[in-house]
Amino acid sequence: MSTKNIEELEKEFQAKIDADIKIEPNDWMPEAYRKTLMRQISQHAHSEIVGMLPEGNWITRAPSLKRKAVLLAKVQDEAGHGLYLYSAAETLGLDRESSIDDLHSGKAKYSSIFNYPTLSWADMGTIGWLVDGAAIMNQVPLCRCSYGPYARAMVRVCKEESFHQRQGFEIVSLLANGTPEQKQMVQDSLNRFWWPALMMFGPNDDNSPNSAQSVKWKIKRMSNDELRQQFIDVTVLQAEMVGLTIPDKDLKWNEATGHYDFGAINWEEFNQVIQGNGPCNKDRIDARRNAKENGAWVREAANAFAEKRKKKELTH
Amino acid sequence: MSSKEWPLWEVFIRSKQGLSHKHVGSLRAADAQMAIDNARDVYTRRSEGISIWVIESKLVTASDPDESAELFEPADSKIYRHPTFYNVPDGISHM
Ligand SMILES: [Fe+2]
Ligand SMILES: [Fe+2]
Repeated sequence: MSTKNIEELEKEFQAKIDADIKIEPNDWMPEAYRKTLMRQISQHAHSEIVGMLPEGNWITRAPSLKRKAVLLAKVQDEAGHGLYLYSAAETLGLDRESSIDDLHSGKAKYSSIFNYPTLSWADMGTIGWLVDGAAIMNQVPLCRCSYGPYARAMVRVCKEESFHQRQGFEIVSLLANGTPEQKQMVQDSLNRFWWPALMMFGPNDDNSPNSAQSVKWKIKRMSNDELRQQFIDVTVLQAEMVGLTIPDKDLKWNEATGHYDFGAINWEEFNQVIQGNGPCNKDRIDARRNAKENGAWVREAANAFAEKRKKKELTH
Repeated sequence: MSSKEWPLWEVFIRSKQGLSHKHVGSLRAADAQMAIDNARDVYTRRSEGISIWVIESKLVTASDPDESAELFEPADSKIYRHPTFYNVPDGISHM
C-alpha cells in the first residue's frame, strides 16, 4: 500500500492527466473523479439502452425489408453501446444491477432526447441524422477522455455510429426529394426534433457548474456550447442540401464569428423533461421495467442451463 | 425473480489468422459458453473476429500499479539489451 498522503497522490494524478497519460482501473484516482465518471458513464449507458425504445417503435412498421434490417441492426448496435458502457463503469466499481434499478426508479438520468415520441417514419431518418449526429459530436472528443476504459469504449461506439447517421440522412434525403406529402412529413419531423437535438449538448456553459472540473480532468474536452455550435454549423448546410428548413427564424450566418447565430433555446422545456415531465418519460421507464420483469424467466433459464451443463461436465 | 448475478468475463478476440488474441472488453454471462455466444453478438457484429477466448474476470491476476516503478525499473537500466546500444563501423551492412 502507498504511504503517500492524499495531496501528493492528487498532485501526481493531475500531473499524469496533464501529460496525457491515461488512467486505468487499478490506478489511484480521487474519489470525486471516480464518482463523476461513474455518474457520466452510467448515464451514458442508460441513454443507449433507453435510446432503443423510440426506434424500436418502428421496427415492425418499417416501409421495406431493407429498412427493417437496417433499423434492427442500428438498434442492436445501441444495445451493444449500452453494454460496452456498463462494463466500462463496472471497472470503476459500479454495481450494474443497482445502477439499472436506479434508472427504473427514476433516480438515474438519461439523455432528454429519448423522451420525445416518434410519430412518423420520417422520425427514423431525423433521429439518425440529428440525434446520432449530435451523439457523434459529443462522443468524438470522449475518445480522448483521460479514463482508459471509457475512451476505448468510445472508439468502438464512434466507429459504429457513423452508419447510424448515414442511414438516417439517407431516409431524410429520400423523403425530402419524394412526394409533397413525404416532404411535408420529413419537414414536420425536423420541426419537432431540431430544438430537442440542440438540448442534447446540455445547459449553456454559464449554467454548467461541474464542467470546469471535468475539463481539468480531461473527462470533457470541449464545452457544451462549443459542441452545440459545431453541430449547428455542419447541420445547417446538410438541411439546405436536401431543401429542408431549420425551424429557427433567428438562424443566420455571422460573417464576423464564422459561425451561425441561432435563436434562444427553451431551457424551461429542457428542465421539465430532465425532471421527468417530458412527453414520454413515463412510457420509457415503464417499458424498461416491463422488459426486466418479463425477461426474468430468460435469466433464470440461463442460470438453470448453466447449472445443468456444469453437472454434465462433472459426471463425464 | 432471480437475484443471482451473472459473473463477469473478460473477452479476447483474434481478428484474423496469424494474429494473437487481444483484449476487447468484458461482459456478463451465466457460464463460459454463453459468454462466448454473447461476445459473438457484442464484439463481432462487423466481422471483427475469427476466434474468441473468455475468462472469468476474477481469475485474472494483475500487477499492482503502485509497484510498477520497482517492477519495471530493472528493464529500464539495461539499455545494452537494445541493438542501438552497439556501434557498428561505417560500411557494415546487413546487421
Ligand atoms: Fe449509440
Ligand atoms: Fe447510434
